[in-house]
Amino acid sequence: MRSVAVVGIGKTAFGAFADRDLRSLAVEAGEKCLADAHVSPSQIEAFYLGNFAGPSFVGQNHLAPYIASGLGITGAPCTRFEAACASSGSAFFHAVSSVAAGMYDVVLVGGVEKMTSQSTAKVAEILAGAGDTAGEVRAGATFPALFAMIARRHMFEYGTTREDLAAVAVKNHANGAKNPLAHMRKVVSMAQVLAGKPIAEPLTVYDCSLISDGAAAVIVVPLERASEFTSKPVRVLGIAQTSDYVALDAKEDITTFRAVRLAGEKAYKMAGLSAADIEFAELHDCFTIAEIIATEDLGFVKKGEGGAYAREGRTGLRGERPVNASGGLKAKGHPVGATGVGQICDLAMQIRGEAGELQLARHSVGLAENLGGSGATAVVTILGAA
Amino acid sequence: MSSSQKMPGVVYTETVVHAAPEQFVADAPYQLAIVSLPERGRLTVRILGGRVVIGDAVVLAEERDGIAFFRKVS
Repeated sequence: MRSVAVVGIGKTAFGAFADRDLRSLAVEAGEKCLADAHVSPSQIEAFYLGNFAGPSFVGQNHLAPYIASGLGITGAPCTRFEAACASSGSAFFHAVSSVAAGMYDVVLVGGVEKMTSQSTAKVAEILAGAGDTAGEVRAGATFPALFAMIARRHMFEYGTTREDLAAVAVKNHANGAKNPLAHMRKVVSMAQVLAGKPIAEPLTVYDCSLISDGAAAVIVVPLERASEFTSKPVRVLGIAQTSDYVALDAKEDITTFRAVRLAGEKAYKMAGLSAADIEFAELHDCFTIAEIIATEDLGFVKKGEGGAYAREGRTGLRGERPVNASGGLKAKGHPVGATGVGQICDLAMQIRGEAGELQLARHSVGLAENLGGSGATAVVTILGAA
Repeated sequence: MSSSQKMPGVVYTETVVHAAPEQFVADAPYQLAIVSLPERGRLTVRILGGRVVIGDAVVLAEERDGIAFFRKVS
């Protein structure tokens, strides 16, 4: 198996862009990425696209060649991956796999979602399609409701507090305020989070990630060819995609994401690293409780200690292991299909030393965790300086 | 689930949904729970009547449109 490197990155701003359609966002990210790696469209041997619900959000199917051709890429295999909120994490995993296997040398991976042209209630309904529509969704579950029930159980079993959840939101908003590409560049206080409009108790609007438009792209090549494209290659040290039951009520223990634990174990093993080696991370904070649980599942802290870990500031920008320096899905925004590849871009920016005001002191080994649904898909990636 | 099933279950977790999906906007706010049922595993249900918390005993009250409605055992 060949080592793989990320040699190009490109992102749009995340936000609500009434005047932008899905393809123009994806093409902007793709063009930035091609320029970053000094690659022409004709050099792209395959295009892997992550998108959750383009057909439902904007009525467009056959998205991969639709976007690729907008970039001037024709002839190459172009394929869309759908794995709920882990759609582009999954696209990235499969792109890395194909390059590692020697099938292709130069692969473009994109992720895009255009969500804000629908009402919030309609968005909730479309997102709920990532749950079990014959069971939990039929009974009236939304994604905030599923994660609210996860939070309630975590609080019950481990004594996690409402303030612990709020600490995640406060931290990620503080980080996002410094990210020029973030959807919400606004600092919020603990009191504001606690007094926020209830969405699904105990979660308030400030515990929930944002409904956003946006796109991201990366180019992966064999490590041995990386210097042809960039002076700052970023190496894929470890990567894994895993799965679990879709329905929350089918999981034995909802205070943990089993798929994340398994993906973490596999990615650490592939990298020859352990949690102690991870200097910073971008974790899938679709809801504040999800970041707390991810820090436990990935071994940053022991089970049940994720709440205190957040509350004590140990995951802050100047903490021992910064989590979501970008602002996370919470503040940066969560254009569902773009999130996984967006996290890869954020890690690469840190490793390349290009994160500006958000640049971390220790930035040579980072981990990204991308979660689909209430944990039925997980992708964990560990990147490092090559 | 058979309507005749009256064995009580136990609330494993719960939430009160304020921001409902489009088809349930008229019902909001409503309480949703995952209940553990003897010999049947867990099921996601709606709660009728008073609010429940984790550990409460609940029993099937009715079924409507394929949704099981439970209420607290008094």
